[in-house]
Formats: sequence, structure tokens, C-alpha cells
Amino acid sequence: MATTQTGIAPLPDQTGATPLLEVEDLRVEFRTRDGVAKAVNGVSYTLHEGETLAVLGESGSGKSVTAQAIMGILDSPPGFVTGGAVRFRGQDLLALPDDERRAYRGRSISMIFQDALSALNPVFPVGWQIAEMFRVHEGMSKKDARNRAVELMEQVRIPAARERAGDYPHQFSGGMRQRIMIAMAIALDPDVLIADEPTTALDVTVQAQIMQLLADLQRERNMGLILITHDLGVVADVADKIEVMYSGRIMEQAPVHDIYATPAHPYTKGLLESIPRVDLKGQELSAIKGLPPNLTNIPAGCEFRPRCPYAREICKEQRPELTEVVPGRFSACHFAQEVLEGDIEPAQQ
Amino acid sequence: MADPTPPVIVEAEAPAATETTVRTLGRDAWHDLIRKPTFIVSGVLFVIFVTIAIVPGLFTSLSPTDCSLSLSRQGPSSAAWFGYDNNGCDVYTHTIYGARASIMVGVLTAVGVLLIGGIAGTVAGFYGRSTDTVVSRLGDIFFGIPLLLGALIVLVSFPGNAETPELVTISKVVLALAVLGWPQIMRITRSSVLQVRSADYVQAARALGAGGTRMILKHVVPNSIAPVIVVATIGIGGYIAAEATLSFLGVGLQPPVVSWGLAISRAQDYVRTSPHMLLFPASALSLCVLAFIMLGDAIRDALDPKLR
Amino acid sequence: MGRYVARRLLQMIPVVIGTTFIIYALVWALPGDPFAGRCGARPCPAAYVADMTAKYNLDDPLPLAYIQYLGNLLRGDFGETFQGLSVGEELLRAYPTTVKLALVAIAFEIIIGIGAGILAGLRRGSFIDNLVLVSTLVVVSIPVFVIGSVLQLFLGMRWGIFPATVGGDASLYNLILPGFVLASLSLAYVARLTRTSLAENRRADYVRTAVAKGLPQRRVIGIHTMRNSLIPVVTFIGADFGALLGGAIVTEGIFNVPGVGNLIFRSITTRDGVMVTGAVTVLVLVFLLVNLLVDLIYGWLDPRISHG
Ligand SMILES: Nc1ncnc2c1ncn2[C@@H]1O[C@H](COP(=O)(O)OP(=O)(O)OP(=O)(O)O)[C@@H](O)[C@H]1O
Ligand code: SF4
Ligand SMILES: [Mg+2]
Repeated sequence: MATTQTGIAPLPDQTGATPLLEVEDLRVEFRTRDGVAKAVNGVSYTLHEGETLAVLGESGSGKSVTAQAIMGILDSPPGFVTGGAVRFRGQDLLALPDDERRAYRGRSISMIFQDALSALNPVFPVGWQIAEMFRVHEGMSKKDARNRAVELMEQVRIPAARERAGDYPHQFSGGMRQRIMIAMAIALDPDVLIADEPTTALDVTVQAQIMQLLADLQRERNMGLILITHDLGVVADVADKIEVMYSGRIMEQAPVHDIYATPAHPYTKGLLESIPRVDLKGQELSAIKGLPPNLTNIPAGCEFRPRCPYAREICKEQRPELTEVVPGRFSACHFAQEVLEGDIEPAQQ
Repeated sequence: MADPTPPVIVEAEAPAATETTVRTLGRDAWHDLIRKPTFIVSGVLFVIFVTIAIVPGLFTSLSPTDCSLSLSRQGPSSAAWFGYDNNGCDVYTHTIYGARASIMVGVLTAVGVLLIGGIAGTVAGFYGRSTDTVVSRLGDIFFGIPLLLGALIVLVSFPGNAETPELVTISKVVLALAVLGWPQIMRITRSSVLQVRSADYVQAARALGAGGTRMILKHVVPNSIAPVIVVATIGIGGYIAAEATLSFLGVGLQPPVVSWGLAISRAQDYVRTSPHMLLFPASALSLCVLAFIMLGDAIRDALDPKLR
Repeated sequence: MGRYVARRLLQMIPVVIGTTFIIYALVWALPGDPFAGRCGARPCPAAYVADMTAKYNLDDPLPLAYIQYLGNLLRGDFGETFQGLSVGEELLRAYPTTVKLALVAIAFEIIIGIGAGILAGLRRGSFIDNLVLVSTLVVVSIPVFVIGSVLQLFLGMRWGIFPATVGGDASLYNLILPGFVLASLSLAYVARLTRTSLAENRRADYVRTAVAKGLPQRRVIGIHTMRNSLIPVVTFIGADFGALLGGAIVTEGIFNVPGVGNLIFRSITTRDGVMVTGAVTVLVLVFLLVNLLVDLIYGWLDPRISHG
């Protein structure tokens, strides 16, 4: 597959049909007073029906921005999509005018946010907020929409749903609030659900329940699920494939079991080695020494080089593109093969 | 009051007292400030007005008592740019000399408010418990009385007359305004004392036996200085306007004091025929209030990182 | 919600007691002759002094006298002037006009203030935004009595678009000019508050959620953003209504609107201290009461406040 030039690396299409969602060479930058921050620099992936894609990476690596660009909800200005395509069932959403694009939001692609308390409108009852989906998109009557909202609240297992539909977001616990977000997101039976760190703000036990709920809903509805997370542990159980982001690019992409057994990128390796320390809830993957590059001024060569134990001379000048190492596995490292096979020693310093 | 003076909602906009605001007050803020046109304009106006207030003689060779009834209400001319008022006094000279009383009331009131509010807030925050409750509730009560209505009651209860010495008249107005204005500063100081008190390094200093006064001087003052400066600066503008309003109503300053409010009040009766009597002191007053508000605004913007 | 109302009512009691006590103490209990300046230019008639001393129990110790005074207030007895006029009745006569004027002013605040604020807030940094910022700053700086006098001079006397004074005929049309003058300051605040609040809320997470839900832009801004942004604005306007109900002493004085403010204005000129203090006491109480109502409205608008 000739992907080296552009960094495009669509996974082989098992079914041969048009993928549900196809992101191609997506680029986003933020034009701020302090300079232009290149937050997403050529991200590509595909998602099929019923598939779960986990997006992993440190804080600031561009996970949320990618998701926002897909949804079309970037803060703009300062954020701008400067290139690439987001195809939903073959239709490039980025090429659509605003109001046509809007029709896809909520109906075809939906999103759940990390902090449900701030993501829900504080001054409207939760039932009203869910019902709004039906009233606006389907022109349903107030009463019908409300009944549907209550049904949804029951589906996401909120006790006493009918009574609680009139309550406001701040009257719910964190886990219940996230369930309400989920109910709202799945209201119109979307094909793709993007969950941006849906459990980071929650207790460990509640985290597990929410993940279970998401997994169940995804199976029932055969949705494509993009799961953004810090937590490698969560991913292992639910994801089909994993994509590791760093500095706005994909560093490694692989089926979930392969990546755990044999990482093909030093960054992934570092992440995995830090697991014992991050199974504490909400902890950042900070066990790798050093900091990610400044996005307003990404140095030449490999972005990970300053923190990479295996860095060599070539890494300084040449940026490694995302290439297929073995079938189905992609890595953006000059020594991907060696790392994969455990056949490389840390460089002496 | 229905004709309120500006300080009313300043509080909500004042920047929170944090360590960063203090630090930026020194460097970044100043750096930002001197590039801001509003700061430059208001700063220049500020300097001019204060100079006029201190040495009015620099700006006019006449004295405010150089009046001649034969010139009564003559309009602007080359001899007298602003014209003459009903007593035949030069309006320009009166406008120049009026700055002193007005600015004096504004500044003294701000000082009074800072003293009362600062001490009350520090005491409330530092001692906490019942002291805090009493001071805070007291603040609520005074805060509940509209500035103008309250000052009106005070001043009506202590009427003066033409024989009252100038300084007494001015102090009365200052006191009336300060008594009603302090809760705002009290709240700011109190919350910054509370903040500082709970900070780790202060807890540590206390454990090591650092005294109360020292602690307050060292930590609380720098911590609350930024929002206090903003509120006080904007407040001066408000107090100047309040003084003028009270004088306009006839309960504030009394002649022979020369003030903008008094001049405007006198102009009321002749507005139709001699509008110059109104327009010049009114412009001076508005410009002066504008200068203080703009200055406070500019400082706040520079201090509040959120607004950058 | 019920508990919230009860709590707020309970909290108000000490404030009312404190406020009335302060006013009472200022008026009757301070050292010096409490009757100085209460009966016009001449000293009070001996009979009146004896009357009042009996009525206000001025010979009793302060706390006792105050409690009796509070009793009078609760019974709706706000005092009587030396001319035998009942303060309560005078107020009742003047109030409808003041309410009407306040409503006109509020209408200006809502239409112009919120309108300008929305325009500015939706396009931060645009020409309109800067225009709103600068013009509101200027308006805030010009004291109301200056705005009133100047507009009266030009719109009223020179160009005769509106009547210069209202007098006996407080028709809606006659109240437009004084209403606008009265609103001017708050209008500027409303515009700024709306702008800031809107600009802040546009970046809120829940607005992003609304977009992600696929709602049309109209609905995202008109319902989700606006509803939250207007909470502080509505609160401010409500509180301002309370202040306006307190009568616009200056505005009503300038335009001779026969309202409560004018009553106070005239009483000041005739040095009728009993009328002034009696009326002001009532107004402060009205102000507190409306503020309580505003708090309740606030609790209703923002469920986070009242649903604990
Ligand atoms: N509204 C914005 N304005 C300016 N820069 C932004 C904005 N949103 C994101 N960025 C930039 O984009 C970069 C990527 O942010 P993003 O939110 O995608 O990170 P993330 O991977 O989701 O991190 P986290 O795990 O903390 O959520 C950030 O470093 C930030 O500098
Ligand atoms: S390309 Fe070089 S620096 Fe980058 S990850 Fe691979 S080995 Fe490390
Ligand atoms: Mg994120």
C-alpha cells in the first residue's frame, strides 16, 4: 500500500464496502496571539459499523481537536481545519455548507464529552434537553418528545426516569449525568458515536458501569464507536483497534491485542511500560520523561525524538511517516521493525 | 438610588485577588498598560486634573472671587472664553478652581473607604467566626442602602450654612459617602485575607509563630492591592459624580466653596438663556469622571488575564 | 424553592432592622439638635417639637425609642411634617407617576441596552462592539443631572421635540425624555453586562454541546446561549427597577415629574427634613424588598441557586 508519501494509512477494508467514517489527512491549526498552534497534522483513520476505535495519547496530543473537527464543532476562530477530508459513508462533510453539515450532527455522528456537568445546559431540565433532539430533528410534539426522552433515560438505566426528567443537571451524580449525556447522544440512533474521555471525571466503579453501558449500546445498535481515552486499561477490554496520537499525528495504529503484546513504536512502548503507575484513576500517562513539543514550533525530524530512548542521527533530520510494518499494523518510526521485534538497544547518551 | 453613581457594579468586574495578579501588576501589566490608548489618554487627563486641583493658579490669573455683577451671564468672548455666570464670575476660573473641591472629595472619600473597608475586611477575615459574621452583616446593611439616598439622609440631618467652614462642609460630604461606600472594599479585603490565610506558606509561617500584623502586611496587602486599586480608582470617579449630584441637589457642598456641582446647580435656573454656564463645568466634570473610570478600566483589563 | 424563599426572607429581617436603625439613629439620635433643619428655614415650632418628642419617644433611651419607631413603621405610619402633611399619604399620591417613569426607563434599558449588548457580544472586536464600548463608557462618565440638563436644553427647549418639563401631565409621551435620561446610566451597564455575559457564554461547554446536537444556529444562540447570558442581565435590571422605584430625585427634579423623587427634591429645597427622611426610609425599604424579589427571580432563572 503506497501510503508513505502522505501519511495516509487506511486500514485494509475487510468488507470491501464504503467505511462508515473515513478521516483522511486531517489538519487543524489554532491561530492565537502567541502564534499558530498546529494541533492536528495529518490524521487518517477509518471506522466501520460495529467497530470500536480507541484513540490514545497524552494531554494536548490533539485527540479532542480531531474529534471536534469531525463533528464540526471547533472553536473557530481560533481553530481552523486547514486540510483533509472527513467522509461519512463516502460524503465529505468538510465540503458541505453549514446547514447541510448540521443535519449530520446528532443524527449520523454524535458526541459525548468528558465533563457532563459543564456540557449539559445548567438551566434546562435534563428531560427537556434530551427531548430537544426529537423536537428539533423530528418535529415531534412536546409530549411525545418527552416520552421518548424518558424511554431513553430508562435505556441508559437511570432509576425513576419519569420523575427525574424534570430535574436539572446539577441535581444528578456524576455517573447519572454522564448517562444523560449518553442518552442525548444516542437519541437519534446515530451511526457513529464519539466518546471523548467519557469516564475520566468519574469514580472507578462508576467508570466501569459507564464503559459497560457504552459497550452494550454499541453492540445493540451496531454503532461505530470512537473512544478517546487516557486509560490503557479501559481500552483493552472494549476496543477493536487502537490509534496512538502524539503531537497531532498518529504514531501507531494496530489491532488491540497486537499492540499490547508487541508495540511497534517507542512511544507506545513507553505508554505501556507506564501502565502499572497509571492504573490510578484519571492519572496522566506521564511516566515518559520530558514534555511533548510546543505545537507552535514543532521541531524538524521525529516529534518524539527528544524523549525517545532509541533516537538516532536520522531521527533528527527526517520525519518518519506512518507506514505499514506488518500487515494491519502501522507505525511512524524509522525503526518500527526493530522496535516491534525487540531488536534495538537504547542509544547511549 | 435611581440616579446612581458608577461604583455600583464595579465589584462584580474587579479581578480576583490571586498571586498571579500581584505578580503581573509589576511587570506584564505595566508593559501592557503603557501601550493602551485608553490608559494613555486617561493617564494624561488624570495628571492634568490633579495638577489643576493642586495649583489652580497655574491655569488662570484670576481668583474665583474676582466677580463683577455688571458682567452677569455674559456669554463666551475673547476676554472670557467660557463667559460669566449669574454673579458675574469668570466661568473658566470657576471651572478651574472647582476641580479642587471635587477631586478632593473624590480622593478623600476613596481614602476613607479604603481605611474603613480595609480595616474591617482584614479584621473580619483574620479573626473569622463571630467577628466575621458581625462585620459581614454590617457590611450587608450598609450595602443595602443606596449611596445617594443614604448620603442624602446624613447630609439633611446635618445641615450647614454659609458660615460653615469650607473644610467642615467638605468633610461632611466625604464622611457621608465613605460611611456608605466601605462594604465593597471590605468584601475584597476580607476574601483576600481568607485566601491568604488558607495558603500553605502562611499556615507554615503561623506555625512558626509569625505575628498577625506582620503577616497581614507581608501577604494580605500585596494580595489584595490589585483589585483594591481598580475599585478605588473607578470609585473616585463615582464619588466625584456623587458629590456633584449632592451639591446639585443643594445638600452637598455649599457656597462659598467652588465646585462643579454647585456651578451646574446654579446654571440650572438660567439654562435657557445662558447655556454656557451649564456646558463648561458639566464638561469638566464629565471629563474628570471619565478619566478616573477609564483609568480604572484600563488597569483592570491589564490585571485580569481572563480578558486578554 | 419554598425553602429558598423562606431562607431569603429570614435573611432579610436583620438587614431591614439594621437599615432602619441606622436611618433612625442618623435622624433622631445623633448628638446635636435633632430638629435643626427639619422645619424649613425657621426653627421648628415649639408645639411641633413637643409633639415629635412625644411621638418618637425621643426622651426614651435609644433602643426603646427605636423599637417604638419600628412599630410605627410596621403600622404604616411614616411620620408627619411640621405642616401636618402625612408622609405616607404624600408618597401614595406620588407613587403611580414614579412607577410609570420607572417602567419607561426599564423599557429603554431592555430595548436599547440588551439590544446593543447582543450586537456587541456576538461580534466581539467589530466596529459595533467598539462603538458600544466607547459610547457606554462616555455615558457612564456623565452624571445623570448633566445628561438631564443637556438633553432638556436641546431636545426640550431648543428643538422642542419633547416637553422640557412634565408638570401635572405625566402622559407616556411626556415621560419619554425623563425616562431615557433616567435609564441612561443603567442602559450603559446593561449593554456592557449583556456583551460580557454573552461573549463568555458563547465559549461555554454546553453551547458546544448544543452545536453537537445539530441544533440550528438560531436555536443555539437564541435559546441555549441567550438564556444563560441573560440571567445576570435580568437580575441587574430587576435590581435597577428597585432603585428606580426609589424615585429619581435628580431626574424628576429636573423635569418636574410629579413623582416620589420630586417630592424629596422639593422637600430638600424647602428644608423639610421630616418628609425627606420619612420618604427615604420608605424608599430604602422598597429597594430592599425589590432586591429580595430579584433574588427570588434569580433563583427561578438559575435552578442551581434554588434547587440547592
Ligand atoms: N480553543 C483552543 N484554542 C487554542 N488552542 C487550542 C484550543 N483547543 C485546543 N487547542 C490546542 O490544541 C492542542 C490539542 O488539544 P486537545 O484538546 O485536542 O488535546 P487532547 O489530546 O484532547 O488532550 P486532553 O487529554 O487533555 O483532552 C492543545 O495543546 C491546545 O494547544
Ligand atoms: S523515529 Fe527515532 S526518535 Fe522517533 S520514535 Fe522512532 S526511534 Fe524514536
Ligand atoms: Mg481532550
